[in-house]
Amino acid sequence: MSDNRDLGPLVPRNRAIHPPAYDIDYKTSVPRSPRWSLLSMESTPSEETGPRFGHSLIGDLDNNLILNFTRGKAPAVGERILMHGRVLEEMGRPVPHTLVEIWQANAGGRYRHKKDTYLAPLDPNFGGCGRTITDENGYYEFLTIRPGAYPWPNRANDWRPMHIHISVFGHSFGQRLITQMYFEGDPLIDRCPIAATIKDRSQLDRLVAPLDMAHSRPLDFLAYKFDIVLRGRRQTMFENKLEGM
Amino acid sequence: MVQKLDYLVESPSQTAGPYVHIGLMPTYAGNGGYYATEIGTSPIADGAKGEVIEITGEVIDGTGWALRDALIESWQPDAAGKFAGQDGADPAAAGHCRFAADAESGLFTLRTVKPGAVAARGGAMQAPHISLWIVARGINTGLQTRIYFEDEDNANDPLLNRIEQRNRVDTLIARKVGEGQYRFDIRLQGEGETVFLDI
Repeated sequence: MSDNRDLGPLVPRNRAIHPPAYDIDYKTSVPRSPRWSLLSMESTPSEETGPRFGHSLIGDLDNNLILNFTRGKAPAVGERILMHGRVLEEMGRPVPHTLVEIWQANAGGRYRHKKDTYLAPLDPNFGGCGRTITDENGYYEFLTIRPGAYPWPNRANDWRPMHIHISVFGHSFGQRLITQMYFEGDPLIDRCPIAATIKDRSQLDRLVAPLDMAHSRPLDFLAYKFDIVLRGRRQTMFENKLEGM
Repeated sequence: MVQKLDYLVESPSQTAGPYVHIGLMPTYAGNGGYYATEIGTSPIADGAKGEVIEITGEVIDGTGWALRDALIESWQPDAAGKFAGQDGADPAAAGHCRFAADAESGLFTLRTVKPGAVAARGGAMQAPHISLWIVARGINTGLQTRIYFEDEDNANDPLLNRIEQRNRVDTLIARKVGEGQYRFDIRLQGEGETVFLDI
């Protein structure tokens, strides 16, 4: 892996694959969506650099949501799953040593957050957040429980499909991305106005993790595979020449 | 037929949702002590070189209401214009911070050092600025913007100079309200909408 600072500008975001800011069916987006166009410009060092986090930051149980809330004393309730995959960038290169953070509801669909008042009870053994750093090949994994679906105040009867929120840094602040992983076969995906903010169905499908029996562990957990792609960076032999040459 | 371009496509964004703090700021979410070290709690450590400043503001929606659930990340160089990890960078200036709108008042505060100027590709100097990334329920893709400073020379900044409607430039410039104190509001929509970036 060459030094990031030798690379060229970030590949501009293809906004067509991302959800538009304004979506009338996702009501909170209505007052929170900018109306004017974004100002486009080639990236600068402010976007091409970014924070780095060392493996020493990560505790032994940070990527084990079944045990991390009780520090190993008691396991969380729910269907045990391995969530795993690679962080890649658009040129196909793995993104090694980058921080991946997740958060999710418990098996009943309840978040451990002061603002969540859903009927489903908290699990005393489940916190709902985890973090890890990708290895040299961009791999990451989390052991967790499958989150429950839950209702949310939007249209009269909207439910979120089972999902896990994911935050990824990459190596450049301009690569910063938050998205959600959905689960293969969940009938609520097709009914969810947040999933439907992505207008191209083939792009939404890229957020649906397939059941991965090859990585499931007999008598222990099922596996779901979820790869994440971040913006790439251009690299040509012409990139670093002085202006005008 | 032509050769196939085998590049990948960025994963589509989804909103960070109302519970983003659980994952990124567990202490704020009421789950303190979760991790041995939370990241981004301050962009500077004791002894950071440069002028320590405080920037306060709100993230305001199209109705004029300040969001109580916005989460912001900032990224900046040290006082000499070096980013963390670059040769000669100030080891006490990590440059990255996470902060949230206050759940009661909606106010956010960023305490940091004033960043130095950084050149753009090609050598043109950019005026000192802090990059921001704003996520919240109702924001489908994280919003990028920048904080510039009214007491710096912003006349030749390449990004500010690309803003055609000169009346919008001020939306990116923090107002000085006291010694080391600045005000910077982020307006998602409506009158005075902040210039957001695709960069």
